[in-house]
Amino acid sequence: MDLVRNLPAISILICMFAAIISSGLKGKAARVLNTVVILTVLAFSLVSFVWCISLGASVVYVMGIFPAPWGNELRFGVLETGMALFFSIIMLLSIWGGRHKMKDEVATDKEYLYYVFINLLFSSLLALVYTNDLFTAYVFVEINTISACGIIVIRENGRTIEAGVRYMIMSLLGSGLLLLGIMMTYDITGHLLMSNIQEAVRNIVDSGQPLIPLVVTIALLTTGLAIKSALFPFHSWLPDAYGYSTVSSAAILSSLVSKGYIFLLIKIFYRVIGFDIVYSSRLLNVLFVFGLIAMISGSMSAIRENDIRRMIAFSSIAQIGYIYMGFGMGTKAGMVASIFHILSHAATKSMLFVSAIGLTDVSKGSRHFVDLTGSAHRNRIAGIGFLVGSLSMVGIPMFSGFISKLQFMDAAVSLSYKKMLPALIVLGISTILNAIYFMKTVLRIYMPADKLGANRAQADVVTNTVPAARIGINGIVEEKDRLVFPQEKLYGTVIILFVILNIALGVCSNTVLDWIRAGLGMFS
Amino acid sequence: MGPNLLANYAEAIALILFSIGFGNLLLQPNLIKKIIGLNIMDSGMYFFLAEKGYIRGHVAPIVVDGITSTEKYINPIPSGLVLTGIVVSVSVTALMLSLTIRLYKRYHTLNLDEISMKLKKEGL
Repeated sequence: MDLVRNLPAISILICMFAAIISSGLKGKAARVLNTVVILTVLAFSLVSFVWCISLGASVVYVMGIFPAPWGNELRFGVLETGMALFFSIIMLLSIWGGRHKMKDEVATDKEYLYYVFINLLFSSLLALVYTNDLFTAYVFVEINTISACGIIVIRENGRTIEAGVRYMIMSLLGSGLLLLGIMMTYDITGHLLMSNIQEAVRNIVDSGQPLIPLVVTIALLTTGLAIKSALFPFHSWLPDAYGYSTVSSAAILSSLVSKGYIFLLIKIFYRVIGFDIVYSSRLLNVLFVFGLIAMISGSMSAIRENDIRRMIAFSSIAQIGYIYMGFGMGTKAGMVASIFHILSHAATKSMLFVSAIGLTDVSKGSRHFVDLTGSAHRNRIAGIGFLVGSLSMVGIPMFSGFISKLQFMDAAVSLSYKKMLPALIVLGISTILNAIYFMKTVLRIYMPADKLGANRAQADVVTNTVPAARIGINGIVEEKDRLVFPQEKLYGTVIILFVILNIALGVCSNTVLDWIRAGLGMFS
Repeated sequence: MGPNLLANYAEAIALILFSIGFGNLLLQPNLIKKIIGLNIMDSGMYFFLAEKGYIRGHVAPIVVDGITSTEKYINPIPSGLVLTGIVVSVSVTALMLSLTIRLYKRYHTLNLDEISMKLKKEGL
């Protein structure tokens, strides 16, 4: 079984090498290679996940020949391998779900570049999840940022390039603060390996030295990663980046990229600094407040939005707010709820993005609500996907969103009054707001089709007779009539898999929660 | 505070540079000025790190006279980190510049706010 130890390192490396090889391949070959790589990583993560559960402890893997205080390490337990497994599932489904749109969204001669970016992104995500070295984490944060920018701008129009620039600017501000934080950590502790830093930090706290440098360091690290994961006041880049990039990109950005940074932040809290020290620095209260504001303001913006994809993007801001609120609670229950919400939001948001594209495709490529009326009748499978996603986001029992809300409520009840009341009240308000905008959309897409019958018949005539008219106002090609059969089948399968994943998270939540608790136990 | 600041003047300068760069990257509407701000910010950070690794009177850890005592040498890790950081910032700068060229060719302006206005007019 000792071979299993190597699997996480190998999965990072094969993604990275696949990215290098893809840069010399044609579009189709790169696509196949990408699928193979993700499936391999999925299998590897599954094996190491099972192995870690049976082992019951986390494993340290030394990269290279130098031992602990000098060398570079990977460290993985149930939480890390489980997260890698989950990330690879979502990655695979998001790419498959957007595959039929690739032709229209990305120039054919640039398709291979898309897979270069995806492979790089995936390898950096895995590295962020597995690494035990703070500076390695920084380098992979940067790789993550660059490749995320790549998958935004690959759809070359003014909007995406502008969104990419805005994304880069905010991300660079974030990584600047993060790097400064890492440097100050190195300055006050003399280590870069996470476990060693924690020992040094404990020594500093125990010896009664002034704690201001430490608090500043924690603040810098937290702010840097909060900016990168689009916590409330730093979210201005998000709607454009998620709303106008390709389908797969939007799904990957919302459900994986921001989650990678959040996972690194959890790691910093638990493994680098120590959660009790972070808690005693009171910085978590700041995260708590911003999380609450994000939950309300994100939903308010989503209600005002008239564009389905931007609406889903704004909803992401609110969900990121939930996660940070869970951090801000400062208890283990809050953290478990946040981690479950990471999973549930990742599964749901990518499904919403993928099914929204199915709905807009049958509405002449328009993303405005007026044109989407009755679209669920025209594309049933996408309608079901969107319905399940919305129900899960609102928090209807049986779906994953319900469990995460329940966990947040549960965690909130055990807090002191000063935190419990705002948390519960805002959770309630935010759920109602979620319900308003998601149910509004669901009602609209399920509105009886006969009101629009004439409209649709006209559209069909146009598409059948004049091929050129298939290009909609946004330059998005009307897809439905020329979807080749296997691709339509793939799209349907992806939606069904998403629905199954969502219900599985909702129904088997106890098992998942036990894994998360066990993983957090092994974490520090 | 006075003597501390004086003793750590290099760190203070590094942080001032960092703040100047940070402010420019955040607030300048002009894309080229933003990129210059990014570079100032990064330089400030590398200066901070290099200063942290340097010990007055010690030399780079290359053994020539057979002296292996740590008293003689500086800590090489911060210098290594600076090199890695420079590589990262070079690639990020290149990416930003290429995106800026794209935007300039399309909208004939470097002002990010104006570009946003033009995008709204396009109604995409």
